[in-house]
Amino acid sequence: MTGEHRHADTDCRPLIFELGDPEWSCTGTGVVPDSEEASIEELFPGMHRECPPNLPNVSELDIMRHYSRLAAVNFGVDTGMYPLGSCTMKYNPRLNEDVCRLPGFAGLHPYQPEATVQGVLELLAGLQAALIEITGLPAVSLQPSAGAHGEHTALLCIRAHHARNGDPRRRVLIPDTAHGTNPATVSLCGYETQTIPSDASGGVELAALRAALDEDVAAVMLTNPNTLGLFDLNIQEITTAVRACGAFSYCDGANLNAIMGISRPGDMGFDALHVNLHKTFATPHGGGGPGAGPVCVSEQLAPYLPGPVVQCGPDGFTLVKPADSIGRVRSFYGNVGVLIRAYAYILSSGGDGLRAVSEQAVLSANYLMARLRNAYALPYERTCMHEFVLSASRQKKANAVRALDIGKRLLDYGIHPPTVYFPLLVEEALMIEPTETEPLSSLDRFISVMMAIAEEAESDPDVPKNAPYTTVVRRLDEARAARELDLRWTSSDTTA
Amino acid sequence: MNPDDRYYHSEHEWVKIDDDGLAVIGITDFAQQQLGEIVFVELPEVGSTLTAGQVYGEVESVKSVSELYAPVTGQVTQVNSILSDFPETVNAEPYGEGWIVKVRMSDTRVLDSLMTSAQYSTHIGEE
Repeated sequence: MTGEHRHADTDCRPLIFELGDPEWSCTGTGVVPDSEEASIEELFPGMHRECPPNLPNVSELDIMRHYSRLAAVNFGVDTGMYPLGSCTMKYNPRLNEDVCRLPGFAGLHPYQPEATVQGVLELLAGLQAALIEITGLPAVSLQPSAGAHGEHTALLCIRAHHARNGDPRRRVLIPDTAHGTNPATVSLCGYETQTIPSDASGGVELAALRAALDEDVAAVMLTNPNTLGLFDLNIQEITTAVRACGAFSYCDGANLNAIMGISRPGDMGFDALHVNLHKTFATPHGGGGPGAGPVCVSEQLAPYLPGPVVQCGPDGFTLVKPADSIGRVRSFYGNVGVLIRAYAYILSSGGDGLRAVSEQAVLSANYLMARLRNAYALPYERTCMHEFVLSASRQKKANAVRALDIGKRLLDYGIHPPTVYFPLLVEEALMIEPTETEPLSSLDRFISVMMAIAEEAESDPDVPKNAPYTTVVRRLDEARAARELDLRWTSSDTTA
Repeated sequence: MNPDDRYYHSEHEWVKIDDDGLAVIGITDFAQQQLGEIVFVELPEVGSTLTAGQVYGEVESVKSVSELYAPVTGQVTQVNSILSDFPETVNAEPYGEGWIVKVRMSDTRVLDSLMTSAQYSTHIGEE
């Protein structure tokens, strides 16, 4: 592959506002007309806009071509392999989309009386029960709209419990492999973060954890398996020690995809966890969202959950607010369309199917790790879970080819880069998560591409260093993009 | 090479005592290399207090956000405001124009616990 074969159509094209004929007015005035009862000025004094809005002057064909072109230059898991570690970019079965669009769900209104929405409430109760079964924690709120939102909600419940006991506490312990959202959550909840180092096997350093634990610690936030893709072998010692000092163990459920039907966070001794439905339960991800981050908790924390939660009683399904609820964390009932998709995924997979998902995810990751460990450095030599971390340290030392360059070069082969430079404790980290949905042929192709790039890094290091060559835009100036952030389009036509 | 005229902290900070007896603090060349291109430095406020071993700010690069650890204890007398507009100065001149804060130390004995240039070179060699 060389840089000489760029397609002419990959040049930067105009934005939709720059398309069409400005003289050809198809938008009308854009001004809301007066109603028969009252003029706009009477209804909204002083709010009447003085000039029409600056809408694109484009035909339907212009619009269709514009968005078709954007779709063609986009990259998603439906386009190619997307081994973005920690993000679980699995394929989302279309069945889930069909189910959530059934008219009985799609046509619901959130203000409908409970008696008229018993079907969807039963579905939400079923999802609650499934998440309780899968996580081993007895209570759940489906309210939070994303993983970090679920984290924040869980920590608010923990804070509410400590406050109620007149024991506010100030610190939250987080290992150095944590997701960046964990310390952010801690700050938002008004706590201080204390970082705990990892041991040589990639788990939490027990001695350091014990030394940090005291009666000022509100909670410990852990991801298990952690962001190195490793299961913490001391997890029960950890949660026991945390409980002994009156603190709570919170599990970042980002990596639940690796353990479904095999082990349960509740059984490991965790008191709370959030579930990323968009990772583990195949609902739309990233820009395709919205997300959902239900939070599951122990009996002790259940009274603090945000409401409403669904309960089943003699009069059918009802929406109730838990006794000492921290209040709402979102309008209405969470992202119900996403919750429906997750439930469809759980039911269509079945219990055995969910276990098979995790087994396959772990097998795929271990297969890649075993085949790539000679071409790249492997900092933690252990059987991994659903993801693993390689290091480009050897390539960097020999020929100054960095993890970033390897990621960029993968783009030329039609593969999305893995997560790079995370977790922070691994130098030149390449964090790879194939997910269970990639077939063996695709895993084998990834291996041969990664081998080819390792070979290029040695024989012709400028090739990866200047990659990519075949994408819509070449290597971006990431430092300039961060320093001079400018996302707003402004018209060059001052008369507009 | 790391200059000999200053002290080094294990979290990759340096301290140099200037002519006014103030502790000038920055990050090491090794640290800026590891971080890559720096895009933002969160500076403490003048008058705030730094505590040795505690976080006093953040430095953000295209790769990551890292915390800045205070090598000494004392009150901030000046921050390098150039870094607000030109954070890349830390990359270009980590030991010069890329300094981060100046601190009036409350206890200079903490300097004894810091490393010399030679000790720091060994320290990063081991990492």
